[in-house]
Amino acid sequence: MNIELHAGGLRRDERRERLVLLGLSAPALLLVGVTMIAPVAWLFGLSFLSDTGEWSLEHYRRMIEQPSYGRTFVTTFKVSLLTTAICIGAGYPLAYLLSQLPRRAANLCMIAVLLPFWTSLLVRTYAWLVLLQRRGLINDWGMRLGWWDEPLALVHNLTGTLIGMVHIMLPFLVLPLLNAMRAIDADLLKAAANLGASPARAFRSVFLPLSLPGLAAGTLIVFILCLGFYVTPAVLGGGKVIMVSNHIANDIELFFNWGAASALGAVLLVLTMLLLWCATKLLRFEKLFGGAH
Amino acid sequence: MQRQAVPIAARGLRKHYGAVRALDDVDLDVQAGEFLTLLGPSGSGKTTLLMVLAGFIRPDQGSLRFGSDEVIRLAPHKRDIGMVFQNYALFPHMDVAGNIAYPLRLRGVAGNELTARVDKALQTVQLAGYSARRIDELSGGQRQRVALARAIVFEPRIVLMDEPLSALDKQLRERMQIELRHLHEQLGTTTIYVTHDQREALTMSDRIAVIHGGRIQQLDTPRHLYERPRNRFVAEFIGESSLLVVEVAGERCLCDGQTLRLAQAAATGAAVLMLRPERLQVLAHGAALADGLNHLQARVVDLVYQGDSFLLQAQLANGSTINARGIAGTAALAALPQPGETACLAFGIDDTVLLADAAP
Repeated sequence: MNIELHAGGLRRDERRERLVLLGLSAPALLLVGVTMIAPVAWLFGLSFLSDTGEWSLEHYRRMIEQPSYGRTFVTTFKVSLLTTAICIGAGYPLAYLLSQLPRRAANLCMIAVLLPFWTSLLVRTYAWLVLLQRRGLINDWGMRLGWWDEPLALVHNLTGTLIGMVHIMLPFLVLPLLNAMRAIDADLLKAAANLGASPARAFRSVFLPLSLPGLAAGTLIVFILCLGFYVTPAVLGGGKVIMVSNHIANDIELFFNWGAASALGAVLLVLTMLLLWCATKLLRFEKLFGGAH
Repeated sequence: MQRQAVPIAARGLRKHYGAVRALDDVDLDVQAGEFLTLLGPSGSGKTTLLMVLAGFIRPDQGSLRFGSDEVIRLAPHKRDIGMVFQNYALFPHMDVAGNIAYPLRLRGVAGNELTARVDKALQTVQLAGYSARRIDELSGGQRQRVALARAIVFEPRIVLMDEPLSALDKQLRERMQIELRHLHEQLGTTTIYVTHDQREALTMSDRIAVIHGGRIQQLDTPRHLYERPRNRFVAEFIGESSLLVVEVAGERCLCDGQTLRLAQAAATGAAVLMLRPERLQVLAHGAALADGLNHLQARVVDLVYQGDSFLLQAQLANGSTINARGIAGTAALAALPQPGETACLAFGIDDTVLLADAAP
């Protein structure tokens, strides 16, 4: 007697399951396609059109010829690098502390770190303005306590921008870093001590290398978010800190030049992607992440 | 190649967590070069004791000497102990050689000597040629060996092992038990081994410290521990046992109205008697009684066939249960009394064990 082996039917089932999966992800794909890829492509196209509507490279040419564009990119990278560096300097010890605290205490502190997330970005930025301005809380108290005599220029400049941006970016660094640190088995540090490593040596040779993937992830997230940041430099920079996003806004609002704005956006996008690609190659992410577990 | 092995002397080690006495004034003497096992159920304090020895838990009070050095306040990294962790704790960002070289580098070993000593340690644990492997490419048994190599490569005075075999499957575990034993004979390092597996402890140890409730219940050779347990906990924790309440009078005792002879005279009064199931001979009711043996008549409740052996459960008239175990030969099985019938259990006078510290 022949028994049917259902080869065709099984293959159809397989195909149907894949279609179901595709169907489930369709809304998200559609959303990304409509709200993200299409407008970006459209802007990309705009950047190659001259003011008279002909194909041209005039926006890109102007970007090279006019020094203000160059300055904008330098400012953008400088502010982003500084913010990222300060975030690492402040965030690594914080994440380390949180990872060593008992779970309950760590969760409480985590709420404190995340609390700013529950408030609007704009509100937080204006709150800094209140604190940092010439007659603000900090200058007021500083002078009243006699720590300094003249009001410090804490806002409407690079300092203010950095303070605001670090405040907003810190959780983006701490969260992935803390995750990586929590995944480090405490026994590894015991093993290092047992084998003769002083606490400092154990940290340097075991904890630090194992936390690097988390640090790399957090650093990259913060740096890339910084590159496209708008609100904080606009409010706290006082027109002195012009980053790419602010330049784009000016081009559109003041000069109504969509082409120039699009070209700026396209260059920033390409630079960011280039950077990401380099970072991935350099850090060999898969391997780093694989090593943490 | 080995440095002089050192004895360990712990006195009055105490660690309380609130009302919980993890260590309750523990004294422990380990001889130089001895393989001593801390055996106990989870929560007994055996791991706490090991962590105090390694320096990872600070006791409330006590003294700890390695040889003539007092080390109780010494930081873990200055104690010169090799430790094998339960989950091995191998550094995932280093390869096999990097892990094993780690303690050597910390001690300033470099160059050819470093390579030579790493290779030698790998040979000792039978992993020659594995030095460039990544840790996540190794099987559980191989990781175990790397952890072992890392713990002995710097020739520590003492080696501690925290349930190192518990993550391995049964066959590998039994093979590693023998290998660890051989390795210890070869190196002669003072070794303290923690396990909750009594068979593992009996197989590997020179002596075993049975720990319960933060105290050492008994510290003895495997054979003494099994044959002469001091109290009820040790008798029940190691091997199978039947405990019976008896009335002692000199060299004899009365159990359920039947008289048994004892190897030594004991204090008159109520006491607890222990019988090991495999030391009991099952005779059919009415069989000839042998000289020099004790006998108990009991009613068979259950008879279980277990392949290589059988387990017979019998009940005395006072309700106490006795288990007897024997090899399941064809003739032996045929001669066994059936449930409901009365069996005669015969056992040697030496196997009639009174528990010294047990209240009935």
